Amino acid sequence: MSAVEHPAHEIRDRFGFWKRSYAMLIKEFIQLKRDRVSFAMIVMLPVMQLLLFGYAINTTPHNLPSAVLLQEDSDLARSVLKALENTKYFRFLYEVHDVEEFDNLLKSGKVLFGVEIPRGFERAVRRGDKPALLVAADATDPVAASAAIGSLGMVVQTALKHDLYIGDPPEMPFEIRAHARYNPAASSSLNIVPGLVGTILTMTMLIFTALSVTREVERGTMEALLSMPIKPVEVMFGKIIPYVLVGFVQAFLIIGIGVLLFGVPVLGNLFLLALLSTLFIATNLSIGYTISTVVQNQLQAMQMAMMFFLPSILLSGFMFPFAGMPAWAQYVGECLPLTHYLRIVRAIMLKGATMQNLRFDALALAILMLVAMTIAVTRFRRTLD
Amino acid sequence: MSGPPGNGIAIDVKGLTKSFGGREVVHDLSMQVKRGSIYGFLGPNGSGKTTTIRILCGLLTPDSGEGTCLGYDILRDADKIKRQVGYMTQRFSLYQDLSVRENLEFVARLYGLADARGAAREMIKRLGLSGREEQLAGELSGGWKQRLALGACTLPSPKLLLLDEPTAGVDPKARRDFWNEIHALAADGLTVLVSTHYMDEAERCHEIAYIAYGHLLTHGTVEEVIAGSALSTYTVTGEDLNELTAALTGKPGVDMVAPFGTSLHVSGRDVAALEASIGPWRDKSNLHWHQSAPSLEDVFIELMGRSKDNFQ
Repeated sequence: MSAVEHPAHEIRDRFGFWKRSYAMLIKEFIQLKRDRVSFAMIVMLPVMQLLLFGYAINTTPHNLPSAVLLQEDSDLARSVLKALENTKYFRFLYEVHDVEEFDNLLKSGKVLFGVEIPRGFERAVRRGDKPALLVAADATDPVAASAAIGSLGMVVQTALKHDLYIGDPPEMPFEIRAHARYNPAASSSLNIVPGLVGTILTMTMLIFTALSVTREVERGTMEALLSMPIKPVEVMFGKIIPYVLVGFVQAFLIIGIGVLLFGVPVLGNLFLLALLSTLFIATNLSIGYTISTVVQNQLQAMQMAMMFFLPSILLSGFMFPFAGMPAWAQYVGECLPLTHYLRIVRAIMLKGATMQNLRFDALALAILMLVAMTIAVTRFRRTLD
Repeated sequence: MSGPPGNGIAIDVKGLTKSFGGREVVHDLSMQVKRGSIYGFLGPNGSGKTTTIRILCGLLTPDSGEGTCLGYDILRDADKIKRQVGYMTQRFSLYQDLSVRENLEFVARLYGLADARGAAREMIKRLGLSGREEQLAGELSGGWKQRLALGACTLPSPKLLLLDEPTAGVDPKARRDFWNEIHALAADGLTVLVSTHYMDEAERCHEIAYIAYGHLLTHGTVEEVIAGSALSTYTVTGEDLNELTAALTGKPGVDMVAPFGTSLHVSGRDVAALEASIGPWRDKSNLHWHQSAPSLEDVFIELMGRSKDNFQ
């Protein structure tokens, strides 16, 4: 080492903020690139989740095991059953003639649905008496039941139009009496993909930044970083911005697969969707970063991220309809970014909503982000005290 | 960049005190370090060396005390101090998953160097790391890591270097190269505060300070510290030194008996008592006694033993 010539480098203070943030940003990018597992997760996580949720966890299930209590063996009764089976929701495994047997099948869980065709059904229909067709559903799985019940009326009616005995009735020839208490508004598979965009982004973004500060502390690099002239805001921006890009790639992947594989439409403005998604990504990153300034180590960071993630899934309207939750749960839900983003992404993709419709939710996201960033910057410890 | 008017003193602190969880780690510490000098910071593990260094560069806030670092107030101007101080931590604190070049460029950018890439390239050449610039920092050997860390510290042309046990676990050749570099930097006007456990390194400093249990016990040039110790030392060579060690240990006036290879150092502060105690052994034909100046190590071990009694 020839230390004799030790030229003083020119130090420029102009744009110092941007330069230091940029230094941090480049560093984070390189580290992310080196971390093969994390890098793979960026792509694998959304793809896996989407395929899992999209195919396996289906809220409009098919071939639900069913039983029929046939108290009349008429052509019309057979037609109704055939029509029900054609909906693909029901698969009739049992045909019983005894009420007690019918009840036991439902009680034991051997079937989720029971259809009861009463005595004198065909005659009553022909007379126009509108007899009741009882459909008993196992309400322990309301989500599975509701979609099937929701479709009953229309499908059966359509199917019966072709039935010679009935002709073309102007209205339902009989009444379907569904015995299930829970019946949410049209819950279709289209709802899942937009919801997944928000859920996956929440999970990955939270974890990425939640680990960022504690990792520096645990690896011992924080001591050197703090001894250099960088400010907390610059550290934060440097750590958040690379992941905004990561989040953007993920959102693009999920929506892309959703459109291609699941035929989900994007009715609204793509630019608006991208803009508000970026806002949502930044909000989650800020919250993750805040977690990272509060906790002591990476394990705690993971635990806290999970503590935030679970209510996000349960109370945001992703799992259960938001309007169906009790008031207190709705208040909690309003404080979660995912709640607002779910409204945004569903509205833009499925209803073609505009910024005008989404002002409130966009504002809520921005406020949540600023609150998180403020906490993070004030919580960030500039010394090792 | 020009700091406040230089008065020839780089570090000037008074009465620094710092406690962690009720335990006082640094007690009423005052010190002055001249600009352009190499100041050695010695003391046993846990004596408060690292804490003092961290206070100086603004990483810790002292509970009480005041002072300046490069003319800036250590309590109020931490940001200004950070721009002109290079701090090399005890534990390797560059990014292990970044390459040599990327680490240096990161530091250069953080300090706002006009040409970060150029500065990094130049430093790689200076460090002799050409050809390994794309190697990950975590894959370098101990000696190279330490050189890289020093390179990163000196990259933004600091006025003061704070080095916390920079040569721990580094081989002798690398240590010597390192110290040559430190001297070259000091010759350029850089002030260096370096903590170490090695006596040979202490002897290469312009000035040293000995700190134990948070108390600064002595400071000055190596000669001053040795002279100030008022320690009398006899060196004994001959047979059955183990027997002699056992016999002398704990005798009045004998503060320390320490074997050095084939010889034994017997030291004490009270010359009369020491000579009385060793009297019966001095005439033995198989032992050769001669009075010698105490080594720095003798002085430090004696200080360490004494401070243990006083502060623990």
